[in-house]
Amino acid sequence: MIPVFLRELRLALRHPAEALAAVLFFVIVCALFPFGVGPSPEALARLAPGALVTAALLAALLPLDRLFAGEAEDGSLDLLLTAGLPPAGLALAKAAAHWAVTGLPLLLAAPVAAALLALPVEGWGVAILALGLASAILSLLGTLGAALTLGARRGGVLLPLLVLPLAVPVVIFAAGAIEAGAGGGEPRPFLLLLAAFLAAALPLVPFAAGAALREG
Amino acid sequence: MAGLLDAVELAARRGGRVVFAGLSFLAAPGEALLLLGPNGAGKSTLLRLLAGLLRPAAGHVAWDGEEVGADPAAHGARTRYLGHQDAIKPSLTPIEDLRFWSRLRGGDPAAALDALGLSPLAALPCRTLSAGQRRRLALARLTLGDAPLWLLDEPTLGLDSASVDRLGGLLAGHRGRGGIVLAATHLPLPLPGARELRL
Repeated sequence: MIPVFLRELRLALRHPAEALAAVLFFVIVCALFPFGVGPSPEALARLAPGALVTAALLAALLPLDRLFAGEAEDGSLDLLLTAGLPPAGLALAKAAAHWAVTGLPLLLAAPVAAALLALPVEGWGVAILALGLASAILSLLGTLGAALTLGARRGGVLLPLLVLPLAVPVVIFAAGAIEAGAGGGEPRPFLLLLAAFLAAALPLVPFAAGAALREG
Repeated sequence: MAGLLDAVELAARRGGRVVFAGLSFLAAPGEALLLLGPNGAGKSTLLRLLAGLLRPAAGHVAWDGEEVGADPAAHGARTRYLGHQDAIKPSLTPIEDLRFWSRLRGGDPAAALDALGLSPLAALPCRTLSAGQRRRLALARLTLGDAPLWLLDEPTLGLDSASVDRLGGLLAGHRGRGGIVLAATHLPLPLPGARELRL
């Protein structure tokens, strides 16, 4: 599992444009809101929590359709599946690598996006924490989606349709946490719910994704 | 590492069509089987099935009397599958590629490179390799870790005659250690004394 994760990181470092594209997409989407809503800080700050979370999840979706498709096209997936590695372990390594390559850079860019959306500075710490949990959950759900849509025609379109409805609770709790953090409320319950979601997804999703890979 | 491969009444289906059915054969340690047949006869399908990548529509495959589907991880560990594609990432170098697989499979990446005469290319990105050199890198993975069952789909595709000779040496060494080779091919292979299996 660890060799697969390290190989993913190495490949991502050789092609930094892909991870960078997701980060730039995240920042640009957040930069569009002031143009649409107007520059009034109150209106923007009201929108900021939901916009941040939505933009981050959409950005994290971008590289997901290549997660297994590239491996399947060049024949690597066959070798990985016959390497004596459990398919669930392969899926977990892929999900972890997706989070490290896409999720982590999004967190680094989160302050820029938060500033563009006029989110009060008090909420930035909570925002990064909530986005970290939300993107980790999306990496797991997205890995399942990528495994299920592998080999399907137009899988790239099917994937968001499959994954985003599952991410609704993530949006609700993450946006709730950021709103509470920025408005002087108590973000803890929201963050705990996100963490609980992650704790449930962490063992379950790789098994489902592994089963999908084996069947596919 | 020796073991006995036993295929019993295998049938495979692809896209609803029966590719082959009632296929039984036995491969003992040191033996080589050449899979022959026209395009679409199911040679690649049979190899994927034996590798555990496909499930048979009927029948079963056993290794030393134990059904391989029962423990896919153990079957994966004893099997080396060489598909049509070379499974090479253009931005990695051959030595990085083999180091990765050796972490999963064991074995010595430098020796594997050397076995296929790829040592001078070790540090070049794979995108600069020719088709034959890429095939040799894919073949070099077979030698990582001692796996008794080699499943080869057109192993000599794109190879020059010197590399075919090298492959011949590898196959002879593998069989000498009690390994089994199953190869699908349309080209003559350096497998003396191989049995033929017509599909």
